[in-house]
Amino acid sequence: MHYKNQFYYDNQQKFVMDILYRLSFCMNIFRGKAVTEQVFPFPAVDVLDEERKETLDALVDPVSKFFEEVNDAAKNDELEKIEDHTLEGLKELGAFGLQVPVDFGGIGLSNTQYARLVEIVGSHDLGVGIALGAHQSIGFKGITLFGNEEQKAKYLPKLAAGQEFAAYSLTEPASGSDANSIRTKAELSADGKHYVLNGSKIWISNGGIADIFTVFAKTPVKDSKTGDTKDKITAFIVERGFGGVSSGPPEKKMGIKCSNTAEVYFEDTKVPVENVLGGVGEGFKVAMMILNNGRFGMAAALSGTMKSCIAKAVDHAQNRKQFAKNIHEYGAIQEKIAEMVMRHYATESMAYMVAANMDKGAKEFQIEAAISKVYGSEAAWFCCDTAMQILGGMSYMKDTGLERVMRDLRIFRIFEGTNDILRLFVALTGIQYAGGHLRDVLAALKSPVSNPGLLVGKAVEKAKRSMGVVSPISVVGAHSELAAEADKLGTCIAMFGGSVEDLWQIVLLMTDLYSPSGRVGAVHLYFLIICSKQYEHGLFNFAERVSCFCFLDEQFLLWRIAEAAMDIYSMSAVISRCSAALTSGLPSSEHEKVICQTYVEKATQRVKDNLGELTSTPHQAIFKNMSLISKQTVANAGVIAQHPLGGSL
Amino acid sequence: MARVLVGCKRVIDYAVKIRVKPDKTGVVKQNVKHSLNPFDEIAVEEAVRMKEKKIATEIVALSCGPSQCQETLRTALAMGADKAIHVEIPDKDYEHVTSLHVSKILAKAAKEINADVVIVGKQSIDDDSAQTAQMVAALLDWPQATFISKAEKVDNVLKITREIDGGLENITAKLPAVISADLRLNEPRYATLPNIMKAKKKPMEKKTPKDFEVDLSSRFDVISVVDPPSREAGVKVESVDDLVSKLKDAGVV
Ligand SMILES: Cc1cc2nc3c(=O)[nH]c(=O)nc-3n(C[C@H](O)[C@H](O)[C@H](O)COP(=O)(O)OP(=O)(O)OC[C@H]3O[C@@H](n4cnc5c(N)ncnc54)[C@H](O)[C@@H]3O)c2cc1C
Repeated sequence: MHYKNQFYYDNQQKFVMDILYRLSFCMNIFRGKAVTEQVFPFPAVDVLDEERKETLDALVDPVSKFFEEVNDAAKNDELEKIEDHTLEGLKELGAFGLQVPVDFGGIGLSNTQYARLVEIVGSHDLGVGIALGAHQSIGFKGITLFGNEEQKAKYLPKLAAGQEFAAYSLTEPASGSDANSIRTKAELSADGKHYVLNGSKIWISNGGIADIFTVFAKTPVKDSKTGDTKDKITAFIVERGFGGVSSGPPEKKMGIKCSNTAEVYFEDTKVPVENVLGGVGEGFKVAMMILNNGRFGMAAALSGTMKSCIAKAVDHAQNRKQFAKNIHEYGAIQEKIAEMVMRHYATESMAYMVAANMDKGAKEFQIEAAISKVYGSEAAWFCCDTAMQILGGMSYMKDTGLERVMRDLRIFRIFEGTNDILRLFVALTGIQYAGGHLRDVLAALKSPVSNPGLLVGKAVEKAKRSMGVVSPISVVGAHSELAAEADKLGTCIAMFGGSVEDLWQIVLLMTDLYSPSGRVGAVHLYFLIICSKQYEHGLFNFAERVSCFCFLDEQFLLWRIAEAAMDIYSMSAVISRCSAALTSGLPSSEHEKVICQTYVEKATQRVKDNLGELTSTPHQAIFKNMSLISKQTVANAGVIAQHPLGGSL
Repeated sequence: MARVLVGCKRVIDYAVKIRVKPDKTGVVKQNVKHSLNPFDEIAVEEAVRMKEKKIATEIVALSCGPSQCQETLRTALAMGADKAIHVEIPDKDYEHVTSLHVSKILAKAAKEINADVVIVGKQSIDDDSAQTAQMVAALLDWPQATFISKAEKVDNVLKITREIDGGLENITAKLPAVISADLRLNEPRYATLPNIMKAKKKPMEKKTPKDFEVDLSSRFDVISVVDPPSREAGVKVESVDDLVSKLKDAGVV
């Protein structure tokens, strides 16, 4: 593909990301631009060559068969462990090294092929899915992504064979979402041969059974310019056998019970310097890149879960008779089924779009990957919940198998970045990118005399926007039968870009109004950072970004920006996939067209609503009030309103 | 014993709901999931077990049919067969291929590769003819042991257990021999992903019926293929008398 390797290092060997960003669809909607290389034509269509397709065909059957005939999800749940013979079977099956290169004993699957197989896992047993995912999607992914040849040769073969299990160890008692705040320490020994690791990790998947840990710890790093020593995160490959590694008992959990979750402690663990992964001080990047690279898999697995929930719901709706009709004939049931089908379609389209782009060499897909995880985990929750409603009392019975899925699903909105944090991530990453591009506008705003023409133009645009008039941008690549949908997408992108620009102006206005108060000083500073050295901080100063915007109390706005971004991306994936179906004349294309049209109509409405709320007067009051209600309730340590029956009751 | 030849037929998957073509010339095969005939899968498994017990040294899987049969053969290779022979018969000709044609090819191939045992499934789940093993044995003039549920090798003899009505029959067959696998002979293993990947590198020889000097001309015509008649709804009877009178009405007693 032509966009392979379109990134470069400048003469100081600094990673230049501008070009990368340019190709990310989601990054660019924040500038109000439709950059569709990664969206049209639907990239999953041609991502597998004949050989990879054939291989995948051969793999799907045995994996499905294994999960239908050998794996017993209910039993695993009840025993709170994977049954022994199943675990052995999974090892033999090769399920522990799906993406490990063949040379290192794995199956060597591409992301797309992997997605297809974990979809099967997700449709049968999410607990096993996490046991496998904690191992290969995050546990040792760091070794495949950042490991040197020695590290790969030493660790991958046993890990791929399932002879050894891996775990990703980041979270600590006082450090969850704010990963930069970890306290586990690694200090270089006097002879410089190893690091001494001390600290404790909690809720580590496979923590109790793993032999190999990817551990994140703070190490003192000397800044080559200033000479100051600062604690920075470094990633290490730690073997249980290094000594001083212990783990707690398996945690008792709500769901994914067969997946082991445990505390892990490191006490003066000696880690050889060769086991630094990805460079000293580079650990935060390593940690985030691992998660970033695995998110599509979660979306794919969850699309499998959704499919099986839908199958159960449809089967029941077709056969259950109440009030003399099969219940699927009632509108209330139809709406539920249609909504499940649409969200499944969107999740599946995004999962395979992200996977295909990754396979085609895209380097910038962090927003897309985050959206696929957030959207997928919420859509799956919705599908399971809705399937339960359709099955009525039957769904509450263990034997139906839905209550287990619901328990298993809940964690997906929490781990590997909570959906809330990922929303902020989506919004802030995009806003920062747009800020760089808006430099001229913003500079003109700060000193209007410098470029009055630009400002007048912007003011007219803004006035139009506030009246609901936007000049839509054209989205090229959709099938002609979906021209109306492509137009709607174009309108949404134009509105979205405008809203982001307005948001920047709000930020700027505040800096001017309140400067130089401490609070706004920080914002101002932040603005200057972005404008002057737009990408030097690059991808990974997320914590900084969050704290800046937290200052502003702008999360009410950021949330809506993220919602709109998610709707725009999901819409584009749906239009793209449906276009591909229409182009190749799939038997299901007419059905898909109806799904696409309906989805786009509804998503457009949501985008309008969310963006409208950013500036509507009633909503500003709502945000203020909600903040107040929360603050007062927190201060009171609980609800404040008098009991309806009176004070003493 | 050295070499085992296993017949591997590509059939419509057991889970597929079969549909008859509107023109009644056969069943719909296009865009329908196919897989290795389950009884042939058992045959492959038996061969692999023989190899694991070191009573066989090489397993050759053979399939006759269109190019997609290579996928079927890859399954056999992934399960543990060493080599495959694909006897290519285009879709159009394959419509008329019968057990006798396939038996002739198998018999010739058995000679050619110097097989000591030919194992096939007792029947294929599409045509249900259950005659290939017998025909191959006749063509080769080798002993046959059909519908077997157990096989052991003692010296140069196979000790066979067959499931027959009312019990088990124990027989012996001198090698070389032809055997056909029944359902309870073994439980076939899953093709694992690493083995599927390895199977891609195993040799697959391509042949045509001509190479075996087998004439594929058809000996019979298919007049029509129709769905089995759908069962009509029954009635519930209240009492024995009721039943008897209903049966009388129907003229069956
Ligand atoms: C079953 C299970 C398995 C796990 N497996 C692993 C594993 O293998 N490896 C590993 O390292 N970790 C693992 N974790 C930990 C998991 O990743 C964390 O629980 C998750 O990152 C959230 O951190 P936290 O629980 O500390 O929540 P917190 O970070 O304390 O967040 C609590 C709430 O506050 C919100 N919040 C936090 N900061 C902000 C902000 N700035 N603005 C707005 N809202 C905010 C969050 O969204 C969340 O809703 C696992 C957890 C579980 C339960």
